[in-house]
Amino acid sequence: MGELLARFLIGGAVVSLFAVCGDILKPKTLAGLFSAAPSVAIATLCLTAIRQSNGYAAAEGRSMMAGAIAFFIYALCAHWLIMRIRLSVRIVTTALLPFWAATAFFLWWEFLR
Amino acid sequence: MRPEIDVGAIRQTKWHEYIIRFVFGGCVTVLAGVMAREFGPVVGGLFLAVPTIFPASATLIEKHEKENRKARHPEKDVGKTSAGFDAEGAALGSVALVLFGWIVWRFLPGGSAAMVLSLAFVAWFLAATVLWNVRERSTKRGRSESGNNIA
Repeated sequence: MGELLARFLIGGAVVSLFAVCGDILKPKTLAGLFSAAPSVAIATLCLTAIRQSNGYAAAEGRSMMAGAIAFFIYALCAHWLIMRIRLSVRIVTTALLPFWAATAFFLWWEFLR
Repeated sequence: MRPEIDVGAIRQTKWHEYIIRFVFGGCVTVLAGVMAREFGPVVGGLFLAVPTIFPASATLIEKHEKENRKARHPEKDVGKTSAGFDAEGAALGSVALVLFGWIVWRFLPGGSAAMVLSLAFVAWFLAATVLWNVRERSTKRGRSESGNNIA
């Protein structure tokens, strides 16, 4: 329970910090870089390296590459749907999250399993 | 367009919006840990690149830009356009995120966690800003012709 609470607090703080960095930056393409900051990765890998081992954390880093490729496809689709089709930003960014998960799991199934 | 820091933008975000991002970020970090514990690091690692910040940030950008620019450009949907540019930036950042994962994978087993994670973060930041610079240079001519300065 203590570990989960630590993860929650550290993860929330790191994500919030990067989100504020994105808020204050202009132009928006530059701010967008911080929307893909390694916030969850830094919080998780620090705790994993302390609690488990560096090798365990490295295996997570390898899978993270598949998640990042899925993020790239997710962001391109979101860009296209918002700029070209002019759909609601809230709907696009939320509805595409299962698509991110499906892409990440497909990459894991094909290349990392 | 030159990079600028607008500290006043912090005041535009309401407290409940900060709390939502904190809780969402915390929940995703917990989820990544639980998935790694239940299914191993290979599955858990996928969740280190969840779009955690982007959905809330893009929605806030749309809302704030709408409020800021409505009076000046009532005919344009600038909120959506700004959120679209934010998505483009997120795509560039996610390419750099692949580099972050690669550095962790290759160098963490033989090095200190603090050193490798610091190196990976610096590499992420440099790669993301270089990609952004390349994007800015390649679109500069088009932007100056259309007079669109939102991006």
